[in-house]
Amino acid sequence: MASMTDLKKRKSSIESTGQITKAMKLVSTVKLQKARQKAEDSKPYFDFMYDTTTSILKLSEEIRHPFTCGNGCKKKAVVVITSNRGLAGGYNSNIVRKVTEDPSLDKKDVVIYPVGRKGKELLMHKGYEMGMDFSDSISAPIYADAYLITKMLINDYREEKIGEIHLVYSRFVNTVTQEPRSLQLLPVDPKQHTGDVDANTLMNYEMEEQEALEEIVPKYIASLIYGALSEALASENGARMQAMDNATSNAEEMIEDLELEYNRVRQDSITQELTEIIAGANAIS
Amino acid sequence: MADTMHLSIIAPDRIFYEGDVTMVEFRSTDGYRGVYPGHVAETCILQPGKLVIHEKEGTKMAALHSGFLEISPSEVRVLAEIVEWPEEIDVERANKAKEHAQRQLARYHSDMNLMRAELALQRALVRIDIAGKK
Repeated sequence: MASMTDLKKRKSSIESTGQITKAMKLVSTVKLQKARQKAEDSKPYFDFMYDTTTSILKLSEEIRHPFTCGNGCKKKAVVVITSNRGLAGGYNSNIVRKVTEDPSLDKKDVVIYPVGRKGKELLMHKGYEMGMDFSDSISAPIYADAYLITKMLINDYREEKIGEIHLVYSRFVNTVTQEPRSLQLLPVDPKQHTGDVDANTLMNYEMEEQEALEEIVPKYIASLIYGALSEALASENGARMQAMDNATSNAEEMIEDLELEYNRVRQDSITQELTEIIAGANAIS
Repeated sequence: MADTMHLSIIAPDRIFYEGDVTMVEFRSTDGYRGVYPGHVAETCILQPGKLVIHEKEGTKMAALHSGFLEISPSEVRVLAEIVEWPEEIDVERANKAKEHAQRQLARYHSDMNLMRAELALQRALVRIDIAGKK
């Protein structure tokens, strides 16, 4: 049986761990609220963008453009959005699993463009090829970052270094549910865009439709990436909040058990001392 | 016909403007244009330029740098990647950017850099212009 001092030490160590996890939980709660607001603010822009892109794609169904038909290259770029810090439960590994378990993403043909150091480390360890790293943009996503990532990806796509662009991130469903999700950004799949846009709406373009596609698709992708970044940040903080909440309640449980054991040991030692005193007193008399 | 139309300007991180207007001016790939209510449906790509919103009570100005715009007879929707009110513009920074762009223009002659510097110069000039008028 552990001694009283041992138990005391263990208890105080768990207590301080519990304090840390509790503080971390509070911090992520505040961060979550902010990130959530931001994710919601980016919704109208994205929705509008989606409508416009859908109507353009509908109009230009016959147009053969690399953005809709592909460019023949077999390499697939995958933008993987994870977090820079750990202690967020299964958040990062769930996203990484989404990549590794996707049968259409063969390791040989995949280049990872990591956003978030944790995902980068995990995938690098598994032997995936790495493209440019954008991890800095996840701590506070701004539109300019999404724009930069898009510009680089589109450039590589135009030069036929990559033939497909995918995006893997964690969708923010609610505070307790985050769901890893994979999207194909390029070539744009018109089948994914069968929205309720009225095909009869007459829309004129100042320039040729081909040119419009050329201009609008990159903006569309940038808005998708921006939306994904903001949602990922909310998911990350949601996941961390939950993980830290669990950790705190585990610590409390352990402290309770230790308390019980400590009291038992203390009682034992008191009883033993008493027995010894009485035995001693009996021996003298 | 109604004498106003609904204008909404949506930026990635916020709704920049929403309201009923009598006319809106902007710069598209074809140059400066003004749109009145009842315009035929059209989509245009924006160039860095001044955005002038004509409300019934007066006009408002903003710097609109990139994005596109959808016109329908009763509504104009602007998807702006970068848009700023005059008071949000950092004039000092714009001045620096202007000088930098001019230097780049003088130095480089390759097409790509020329285009980039020209765009940067346009943006800087618009910012300075708008901020000076508030």
